[in-house]
Formats: sequence, C-alpha cells, structure tokens
Amino acid sequence: MEIPKSFLGYKRENGRAGTRNHVIILPVDDISNACAEAVANNIKGTIALPHSYGRLQFGADLELHFRTMIGTGCNPNVAAVIVIGIEPKWTKKIVDGIAKTGKPVEGFHIERTGDIGTTMKASKKAQEFVMWASEKQREECPMSDLWISVKCGESDTTSGLAANPTVGNLMDKLEPMGVHLCFGETSELTGAEQVCATRGATPEASEKFMKTWSSYNDFILKEATDDLSESQPTAGNIAGGLTTIEEKAFGNFQKIGNCKFIDVLEPAEEPTKGKGLYFMDTSSAAAECVTLQAAAGFNIHLFPTGQGNIVGNPIEPVVKLTANPLTVKGMGEHIDCDVSKILSREMNLSEAGDELIKTTLRVANGRLTCAEALGHKEFVMTKLYRSA
Amino acid sequence: MATDIIIHDKKDNVGVVVIEKITPKQDCACWIMEDDSSTNIQSIDEIPLGHKIAMTDLNEGDTILKYGHDIGKVVKSIKKGEHVHVHNVKTKKW
Repeated sequence: MEIPKSFLGYKRENGRAGTRNHVIILPVDDISNACAEAVANNIKGTIALPHSYGRLQFGADLELHFRTMIGTGCNPNVAAVIVIGIEPKWTKKIVDGIAKTGKPVEGFHIERTGDIGTTMKASKKAQEFVMWASEKQREECPMSDLWISVKCGESDTTSGLAANPTVGNLMDKLEPMGVHLCFGETSELTGAEQVCATRGATPEASEKFMKTWSSYNDFILKEATDDLSESQPTAGNIAGGLTTIEEKAFGNFQKIGNCKFIDVLEPAEEPTKGKGLYFMDTSSAAAECVTLQAAAGFNIHLFPTGQGNIVGNPIEPVVKLTANPLTVKGMGEHIDCDVSKILSREMNLSEAGDELIKTTLRVANGRLTCAEALGHKEFVMTKLYRSA
Repeated sequence: MATDIIIHDKKDNVGVVVIEKITPKQDCACWIMEDDSSTNIQSIDEIPLGHKIAMTDLNEGDTILKYGHDIGKVVKSIKKGEHVHVHNVKTKKW
C-alpha cells in the first residue's frame, strides 16, 4: 500500500497540528470540578475535564500535576482553554504555561466570587472561545504532524500474537515519515526489560531506560504484599491466557516493531529531540497512561486490546484494535480496527498494518473513534505520593 | 490447512490456541511464525482460545520459552499436549 503523505488537521499558532478542535474547561483542583462542569453545561461544544487532585501536593508530585495540566491545555487537539481554580496563583501558573502556545486561554479563580459568579464570567469567555474555534477549518498537514502514542490493555495472548505486532508494523512504516511515536508502561516491561534496553538508539537512552525501569521495579517490590496476582497480570489477562508478567511484557513490547527509542521521558514530559520513538515512564493503567501521553502533546492514540479494554480520553482520540474474534463478536462497538483474521491466517501482518494506517488516518481526519461515540472521556491524573 | 495453534519462535516449548477451543485428543495443526514452518500435536486437555499448550514434556523447575524468551518457571510437571497456565507455571519476577 502506498502510504498517504498527509492528513487533514487543525493548524495551531505554535506550528503543531491537531486531529481535534476541542475547547476545554480545565479545573486546577478537585473542588473546582463543579464550576468547570457548570460552564461546560452552559456552553455547548465545550468539555470539562474533571479530576480528583490538585490540593496540597508538593515536590515532584506537584510538578507532575502542573506538567499534566499545562500539557493538556497545550495539546494541539485543543483550540482554546478556560482554566478554573480555587486560588489565583496556581490558576495563573497554568494559564501562563498554556499561553506560551499562543492559543486563547483565560483563567478564573473561585475565591471571593463563588461558584455562581465564576461560572457566569467563565461561561461568557467560553462562549466567545467556542464560537471562535467553530470557524477553524481542517487543512492539509504532513504526516510528520502526527504524534502517535500507544498503550495496550486487557491484553491476552492474541495481543502479543497479532494486535501489538500490527501496531509495530505501523510504527515501522510511519517512523521513516517523521512521525513522533511514544510507548510507556514501565511495569509491564518487567521480564523483557533487558531486551527492551537493547532497543535504545544510544547507550544513554538504554541506560536511562534501565534506571527508570529499576526504580519502578524497586517501588513495586517495596509495596507488594504478594506476587501481585490479580494485578499483574490482571484477572482479565489470565482469563485470556496470559500466565506471567514476563509473557505479558514480551507481548507488550511487540508494539514498537523494529524501532529504537531515542529518549526516555518523564511522565507527561514533551519530547524535544525531534521525530522518532520515545519511551515514557508511566503506569500501566490505561487512563493514567493515555492522560500522560496526551499531556506530552501526542494527538492520536493506538490501543490494542485482547479481552476488550474500553478506555477513551477527552482530548486524544483512542483507536482500538483487536485480534481476538470473541472480542469483535461480543463487544464490536468498541473496536475501530478488526485484525482477527491474522489468527486464521487470512491476513498477514503487513496487511493488518496497512488497515491500521487507514483507520488511523480516517480518525486523524475527523472520523469519531468508538470510544468518542460512546462518550469515553477518562481523564486521570497520576499521583506519585500522598499530599501534605 | 486451517491453523489451530500458533508458535512464535522455533525455540518455544509452548504454543497458543487460535481457534475457539481444542478438545482432548484433537490432532492440531501448528504454525511456527518465525520460519513459517508447520508441525502437529495431539492435545490432552480441552484448551480455550488464547491459552497455551505444552509442545514437549516439562518438569518442575524448567523454563517456559515463548517469543524465544524466558516467561516463567514450571511449578508442577506438564505433559506434552497439556494446558499450560497459572496452575503449573509461575513468574520468576515478583
């Protein structure tokens, strides 16, 4: 298949391109969710991103909170942002971070005004933003404007046999076109960590990966009360035939094809070394991982599943694929791309990779994903430790 | 010919069932992805889609190889054709 050279995206002020054109209402903290949701209810076409944290965090955990908030606002799938927090200082910090992209952003704080007054002021601005954004048109953008993140979930052995290698095949075909790529799931590389480390593009990248993996593994060993049975692998993984974390890890690892990673990113860190594959230190929980990748600027997500994970994200479209024929049969409304014919050998890996490229481009051009149509908007902040 | 079991790598001592299930004493056609070769095996257990079958006899302490790599250890001996899963294999990690 000849791979198209472009897609239709929304060009942003900072030179990036979006596959979506969202106007988001971003609460700084848990207690500002109600106001943010009231604004999104008032002004049609906006979405609120409620979440559970943002108060009394400190140190690296607070830095991650700000990085995720600012990164989410900066994502090119977002046209404009309303930020609402309880206090002015942290609200402004997030507004200033997002404003560097040049996109419209305005902050409101609730203290001294209350929810109702703040909702009114923020709603007026949100209306202005959404009507402005509604005039934006899709334009032809080079493939290199695609930033593709990947993460698998509810995996089974069909993931490692077929769905994950299909993503790997797509990576092998799109990497030469200058696409940014990102994989994560630090804990789910356990057992395959030595092999994964050999896929660093430089000795520094390999070393950084091993340091990151060891640190996460030490944390797991410290906190674990048993062999993590029912957590890793999950009960769903086991039902699907996966027996150990090592087996899951080698299956997981198939997602990067033959690509080499050029750098290791902190959670939600934006890549700065140019095109190519990056590894991000993330949890293996689906919504946490995708939220971090979206906050790093990735504008479309590929999600292979075995038993049928249903996750979505409010700003980054999540494309699902599966090779498990029972999953296609039982929960087809969640599956954007069916590659189950690989198992019956009616389709080879390269044909499956081509199918996934076609689906990815249709979604990049505007086709809703199953998760979008079904209303999946899981926005989950990663918390590193207890608040003060 | 239809494939009942797929094996990732020539070195692997387990294969994955890729049809809805295999039944006891079924003669199964296996395809080895690495070199596009074929082999056969007779099953002992009923094994559902996605679950593994032992391609050889395995003793306690042996290493299970899949993708050509170590994915865990045998904790209860397994006969060729039997179901390989959490009841007879454990992680070497956590």
